[in-house]
This record gives sequence, structure tokens and C-alpha cells, in this order.
Amino acid sequence: MRDSVADIALPIAALLAALLLFGLFVWLGGVSPLEVWRLLFIGAFGDWFSWQNTLQRAAPLMLTALCVALPARAGLIIIGGEGSVVLGGLAAAALPYAVGLPENLIGTALVCAAGMLAGALWIALAGALRQYRGVNETISSLLLAYTAIALFKHLVEGPLRDPSTLNKPSTRSLGEALRIGGIAGSDVHWGLVLGVLACAALGVWLLLTARGFSVRVVGGNPRAAQLVGLPANRIILLACALGGACAGLAGAVEVAAVHGNANSSLIAGYGYAGILVAFIARHNPLAIIPVAILFGGFGAAGSLLQRRLDLPDSSVQVLQGIAFVLILASEALREVDWRTVREKLMRPAGPQAPVATARERAV
Amino acid sequence: MTKPQDNSRRNVLTQLSAVSLATLSPWALRAAVAQPKLTVGVIYVGPRDDYGYNQAQAQAAAEMRKIPGVSIIDEELVPETTAVQKSMTGMIVQDGAQLVFPTSFGYFDPHVLALAGKYPDVRFAHCGGMWTEGKHPKNVGSYFGYIDECQYLNGVIAGHMTKSKKLGFVAAKPIPQVLRNVNAFAMGARSVNPTITTTVIFTGEWSMPVKEAEAANSLANQGADVFTMHVDGPKVIVETVAKRGKMVCGYHASQATLAPDAFLTGAEWNWVTPYKAFIDAARAGKPHPNFLRGGLKEGYVKTSAYGPRVTDAAKKHADGIKAKMVAGTFGIFQGGLKDNTGKVVIPAGTVLEQTDPELERMNYLVEGVIGSV
Repeated sequence: MRDSVADIALPIAALLAALLLFGLFVWLGGVSPLEVWRLLFIGAFGDWFSWQNTLQRAAPLMLTALCVALPARAGLIIIGGEGSVVLGGLAAAALPYAVGLPENLIGTALVCAAGMLAGALWIALAGALRQYRGVNETISSLLLAYTAIALFKHLVEGPLRDPSTLNKPSTRSLGEALRIGGIAGSDVHWGLVLGVLACAALGVWLLLTARGFSVRVVGGNPRAAQLVGLPANRIILLACALGGACAGLAGAVEVAAVHGNANSSLIAGYGYAGILVAFIARHNPLAIIPVAILFGGFGAAGSLLQRRLDLPDSSVQVLQGIAFVLILASEALREVDWRTVREKLMRPAGPQAPVATARERAV
Repeated sequence: MTKPQDNSRRNVLTQLSAVSLATLSPWALRAAVAQPKLTVGVIYVGPRDDYGYNQAQAQAAAEMRKIPGVSIIDEELVPETTAVQKSMTGMIVQDGAQLVFPTSFGYFDPHVLALAGKYPDVRFAHCGGMWTEGKHPKNVGSYFGYIDECQYLNGVIAGHMTKSKKLGFVAAKPIPQVLRNVNAFAMGARSVNPTITTTVIFTGEWSMPVKEAEAANSLANQGADVFTMHVDGPKVIVETVAKRGKMVCGYHASQATLAPDAFLTGAEWNWVTPYKAFIDAARAGKPHPNFLRGGLKEGYVKTSAYGPRVTDAAKKHADGIKAKMVAGTFGIFQGGLKDNTGKVVIPAGTVLEQTDPELERMNYLVEGVIGSV
């Protein structure tokens, strides 16, 4: 209970502190902090349009954050989700080249499944390299992302190119019936629902199922896991594949809901943004949902700040930077025993007292 | 910001006549309503100050700010994802923009087309898109310039200035727009001396400074001594070339301040011309121009001022050709043109106008260019 209070209170306090600091920052630049705070709120959560804006931006981040969070729970730091996103998108767009798809929901599901499979294999490859060949998975997944992007471009600008796309090389477009539409007439597409469902399902899976528990055991201490007979390699590969599948799904949804085909606009950095989201969420799939929405909100608010106050795009990145440093730094406060601090503060001020306590501790 | 009310007789009369005109047609009505203030949104894919593609657009937007009654709102670093749809929608619903300039090529399909259907009363002016009658909505327009004319002039200057007879071209992607510039540059240089070769390196990215610097260094190592480029932000290439003691012709905007000594001349956009045309049409309530194209003659492109190293002979030669281009009597791509494998790509006797759609499909490198598509 105590922990969950800290889990929620610390990041919120850090966020408020970040907003205060950012206010100071823009005030030094000659802009009214009150106006900035007002616009940040309006831009991110002010009305229905702002909410759609925020949620739309958050949707792919939920899935790409899972690509970092799941392997992390199994003890691997994977940062190459971008590779799974682009290959997932490519596989989704390429599937109709290979097989005829039914022009209905099943076809759409197959397109998404193709993206998930491609993404899963890519991250599982990084996991396998680490488990069977001892290659550092952080480096290999990052480099594999570059390989994936190169492969993507080669295929999109080569064999899979729709010859009618001249100055923006793209694959052939998916049929209208295979596309994913908006939710109930809004601009927010079903990718958001998939993202929320994936976060919730995987969160519950990690928390409540035996297999999910085994992932956490392997992540906590692989040696101990093996001693109790858990197949560590297989469990790690499973976590990697599930994470990769999520990122691949993000790519497939971008193709089916937004672009209609695979082209280089797909390489938009969603995979890298997902890394930040996952770390802020402390690799907890359920926490990814609000963090991704916060991230989407930053994007939406940044857009309005630029337009209304002529602030450069980097200003909202400054806010994002301050916020994340503070949220991560606030983790250090987690170990603080607040009762002792309070007692110390309440005690009549004696110059020797704090030093003595510090020494006691050191001994 | 509202202006103080001006109740002078003349102003009242103008307003009265506007009202009476307003009864005549819906366009005029819209004009009378729109005249007091037009909000224009501009969206860039990169930073406003990239010394390149986005800066050229931002410069035109800054010029438009000076027009009384026009307010410009802009946004930089907007990726070609749903983010740009949101930025455009935000400009329309939050700021009341009636005209939007989404300036990156990749914004067109699907993003601009998606929003144009949703907001039929808003005008969209897109840079580079191939607007097609019957296929695309009437409230979408596209503008672009024949900047290959300026790249040809770059080539003429480079041809005069090169000692090694080797030129370097750092290009983004082997797509028609880029190939057209590479070819024009090479042909300009060969018009001075047919033995000059142009080596092209494609980085594969619109903006990838590391690869651009590598490509420039590699070309310099191969002996190239005059460079030009077609990437979004030429800054790194210009600086690298200057550091290597070579010469450079600019692209998109002027990079003269980055390397005053190494900079020879450059191919620049003059987006003020189409911006003004779109804004004037919107303010007057005239139909939205759907397809605006032009070169030096129409004022869509311009050349950067010559740097101190350019010789008088080179200036004279280039200015002569430029005068012909402005007069409309100079065609770059003419019949009998061969590609770098020796194949004739434009049959002898054919005359291609700059507007010819054939040129928009260019998929070859001309004779004298070292490289492959």
C-alpha cells in the first residue's frame, strides 16, 4: 500500500516540479509562464479535439513501449523497437503481394498478424543472439533496428515499390476494406484500443499468470530461475517475441490506419519514443497507458505552444527532458524514510544533531 | 490584435460597397468576411533554420507576415504521420486558419487529402504534390518550382571554376525531382567543358547529416573540387566542403554566410511568389489556384549572389544563359539526350517544355554523371 502511494505520488510530484521549472525557464525567455501553463493544458487536455490529438499520438507509443517493457521484465534491455515497427509495417503492406486476402475484418486481422510476426521475430532474434551467443542485446537490438530500416528502404524503394509512386516511393496501397478506421466517427483510430488492450492484457499476464510470474523470476535472477528448473532461454525469447509483436503491431496499424501503404514516413521514431515511455513506466505495462497519454499530451501541447507563442519545437522537448530527469530522479526518494525526516525536521534545531545522525548511519 | 476602428468616410464607403457586392455572389460574400483578417498556417517537416528546404519556406512565411490583415501561425518539426493531420486540424479549429501550407512532400497523400475532405471550406496549398484534375479536391492546390534551371546555372559556374574537372553531388534519394537536379547540374558543367564529370552519392535520407558529411569527404578524396547537393539541410555539406578547401554551390536557401569564401552561387526557392498567389486568391475570394509551377521566368526560383571567387568569365556565361531562361528561350532537356549508359533517353527532335510531365518521371542519369539510380 505504502509502495503504491509512492508509485503514484512521486511521479506526479516530479511532473509538477517539472512544470514549475519549465515556467521559470520560459519566464527567463520573456514568455508568461501562466500563459504557457494554460496553453499546455488546453493543448493536451482542454477539449475534445485536444483529447483526440493526445490519444492519437499516444496510441503507437503504448505498443512500442511494451517492446521495451516486456523484455526488461525478463532482464533484457531492448532498445531496437524501431526495427520491429518498420518491419511490422512492411510485412503488413507486403502480405497482399504474397496471398489474396479476404476483403473484411479477417483480412485486416491477417495484415496485423503479419506485422506482429515480423516484429516478434526481429526482437526474438536479438534475444536469441544474447542467450545463445552472448551478444549484448542492447547493442544488437539497436543495430538490428538500423538493419531493419535499411531492409525496409531496400524493399520499399526496390522490389515492392508501386511504380506509380514517383517522388515518394511506397508499396502498393492496401485495399479500402483492409484499412482500420476511426472509433465512432472520431479521428482516433482503433490502434488506441489495441494499445490499451495489449497493455492491460500483458500487465495482467505478468502479474497473475504462472508464465508471467516465471518471466519476472527470470528477470529477477536468471541463475536462481534455472536452479528451480525454469527454462530461462525459452522464457526470455517469449518475452522478447511478445514485445516485438507489440511493436510490429504498431507498424501494421500505422500502415492499415494511417498511411495505407509502407513508405519512409513510417520511420518516425515511435520505437525510440517507446523506450522513454517504458522506462518512465518502470516497465509496468499498466503504467505505460498513462505515461503514453502524458507523452502524447506533450506532443499535442507542443503543437499549440508553437502556434500561439511562437516558441520553437525544442521548448516542449525541454519540458519533456526536465520531466523525465525529475521523474527518474524521484526514484531516489523512494527509499527515504519519511517518518525519520519529519522527526528530524520537528526536532529543535541543534547544530550538531544532523551531523551526528549522518555519522551514526555511516557506522 | 485588432486595429482601432477607422470610421473615416472612405472606409465606411468601402465597407458599404463590399456589403452591396456581397449580395451578388457567395464568393464575394466570403471575400467581404475574409478581408479583415486571414489566418494562414504553415507547417515544416524540419527546423525553420536548417539553411535549406524548411528555411526557404519559413522565409516566405516571414515575408507574408508583413502583409496587413494576414496572420501567420507556423509549426516546425512535424513528422509525416498523423501528427501533421493533428497540426493542420489544430490550426483550423483552434486558430481559425482558412489557408494551410503543409510544406513537406510526404504530407500530401494521405494527410492533406484526408483533411481536405473533412474541411471543404479550408484551402490547402501543398508544396510539390501532383494535383490532378478530377482526382483531387478543389480546395487543394500544389506549388513547385523548376529549380533545375538554377542547378544548371550552378553547373555552369562549377564548370568554370573546377580545376580537377571533377564535380561532386550529394543527393538524398534517386527519385525524379532529385535526378532532374543532378542531371541539370552535370549538363550545365558540360556545357562549359564536355570532359567534366559529376559524381553523385545518394545518402538515402532527406536529412542525415552524418552520411552527408561522409559523402562530401569521400567525394573530396576522389578529387572533386566543386560541390552541390540536394538534401533538406545543406549546412553540413557546405561546412565540410569549406573545411576541405573546396568550393560549393548552394541549394534551397543561401548558405553564403556559412562559408563566405567557398560559396560560389546557389539555387534558391522564391516561395514568396506562390505564397502570395494563394493568399491573394483567398483574400479576394477567388477560386483556389490548384496547380502553380514556375521557374526563373515566373519568379519561383532565384540564384544566390555570386561569391568572391567566381570569375568574371563564369559570371558572364551564366548570366547570359539566365537571361535566356528568363526570356523563356532556353530548354535544358532537349532531344538527343543520352543517359550515362549511352542510351538515348529523349529522342532527337523532341522539344520538352519545363512543364512536360515526362520530366516529372525522370529515372536516369545523363552522360557525364558517375553513379547509378
